[in-house]
Amino acid sequence: MKLHRPANRHLALAAILLVLPFIIDALFGHGWVRIADFALLYIMLALGLNIVVGYAGLLDLGYIAFFAVGAYTYALLGSPQFGLHWPMWVTLPLGAIIACIFGVLLGAPTLKLRGDYLAIVTLGFGEIIRIFLNNLNAPVNITNGPQGISGIDALQVGGFSFGESHQWLGVRVDDVHLHYYLFLAFTLLVIFVSRRLEDSRIGRAWVAIREDEVAASAMGINTRNIKLLAFAMGATFGGISGGLFAGFQGFVSPESFSLMESIMILCMVVLGGMGNIGGVVLGGVLLVALPELFRHAAGPVQQMLLGKVVVDPESLRMLMFGLALILVMLWRPAGLWPSTQRRRELNTEEGA
Amino acid sequence: MNLLEVKDLKVTYGGIQSLKGISLTIAQGELVTLIGSNGAGKTTTLKALAGLLHPASGKVNYQQQSLLQIPAHQRVASGISLVPEGRGIFARLTVEENLLMGAYVRSDKAETATDLERQYVLFPRLAERRSQLAGTLSGGEQQMVAMSRALMSHPTLLMLDEPSMGLAPLMVEKIFETIRDISAQGVTILLVEQNAKLALEAAQRGYVLESGAITLSGAASELLGSDAVQRAYLGA
Repeated sequence: MKLHRPANRHLALAAILLVLPFIIDALFGHGWVRIADFALLYIMLALGLNIVVGYAGLLDLGYIAFFAVGAYTYALLGSPQFGLHWPMWVTLPLGAIIACIFGVLLGAPTLKLRGDYLAIVTLGFGEIIRIFLNNLNAPVNITNGPQGISGIDALQVGGFSFGESHQWLGVRVDDVHLHYYLFLAFTLLVIFVSRRLEDSRIGRAWVAIREDEVAASAMGINTRNIKLLAFAMGATFGGISGGLFAGFQGFVSPESFSLMESIMILCMVVLGGMGNIGGVVLGGVLLVALPELFRHAAGPVQQMLLGKVVVDPESLRMLMFGLALILVMLWRPAGLWPSTQRRRELNTEEGA
Repeated sequence: MNLLEVKDLKVTYGGIQSLKGISLTIAQGELVTLIGSNGAGKTTTLKALAGLLHPASGKVNYQQQSLLQIPAHQRVASGISLVPEGRGIFARLTVEENLLMGAYVRSDKAETATDLERQYVLFPRLAERRSQLAGTLSGGEQQMVAMSRALMSHPTLLMLDEPSMGLAPLMVEKIFETIRDISAQGVTILLVEQNAKLALEAAQRGYVLESGAITLSGAASELLGSDAVQRAYLGA
């Protein structure tokens, strides 16, 4: 697998990523391409949360709220709900900007909080957003409450819609494939921005704040702005992912933005390897793919071995997920693919 | 020309006045020490000067300009650097990463690299341990990291908070030797110490702080010889 020339490696990776949806389609069927699309959305979310949790060390348990803000912005401005049908190149950036503003709104009052205290406040924030979305159908109907918003416009650039199949040179390319490429492009953008941030002055400031906030300010780091920036950047990525989600699904409801989702994304970051982009991507892929695999396999496997379905696949799925989490944390506490720094930190703690 | 002028500085901590109006001056290039017992307000003074605490009243002028409205991170950029009590190093970063973090306010990469080499000449011990995690170093070495990191920001005024705290006597000697070296290079130093004898031997002038007020001040050699200091701090 290890190709030595980095250029070759990148080329090989690009080729794999390009043909991947067709391979998945041929091997596992259409539904799995859809799952790959979701995996990309989750990877974007996980990378956004990675900035807040992995880089700046601020534990955020309400991250899904920014995803919700992006999704509802897109949904409200591109659906029959208000009869608005704004184009994607307006609603998507607008969703990102509004999510960014919400990020600062969450960040500003919590500047002095750390660790568990911050976690509690962010958890509350996530719930507040969800409950608002659930209840903003009266007295004036804005979000359509628990029924959610349906009939959302498909993602569309110019006259080109990602929501329908296209024929090119006799090859039929389905909407799930098209979404895959669109999401892949956005994911690569998010990865690129994350990498640049990591290597920048801002990235170093985040490390300093994560390690020791007082010492960081003694270094001349404007801790307030740098923390707000972490929240804002993380939220922006969440907002973009949310807008794409709304356009992809064609339907949003508050149900999709529960606390469990925030925790899932946090798990992707922690399980994959906090602070390491590769690890976070790996975490996202695994936590989207494995539960799906279980959903499909748990029933038939029981049928085959025991002759009947003993445990409901759905509950088994959560059970296995919990077990996997515990095992990983026991054997690889820094995550499956940790950043060099995190690995070093944990090693010294063991050694000390 | 005074680099720093503090006039009637008062700091209140949760209703208790921990600084009851202190005044002091530091001239460019001087090594001044502030001595006093536990709880006298030494650390409070340094924190107020670094901008980590907000004084209730009083004046702080640095290079003839008021510092009061300047936030902590901008004070570092204007040349005021604090080595906090207990050193405050980034324990889980390497020695080199710590030092580079000290140069955060400086943007010239080539100059930072030269500075780094200069630090390794000043502290050869750190050069040997550059890729080691700072938290795994001995107390004295950690103090070196903290001082060296502060120097990376090219301070005009270096403030040291109890650099000898918790160190072995031999290491204390070494740290004080380094303080003299830094002073000889022209950096103005405000040294806060409990170890009055060593501090007064190194400094040119000194202030004695007792329960939030300055009770004595003068040339270090005079203070060292004075009965009051002898009695209170040197156990004579």
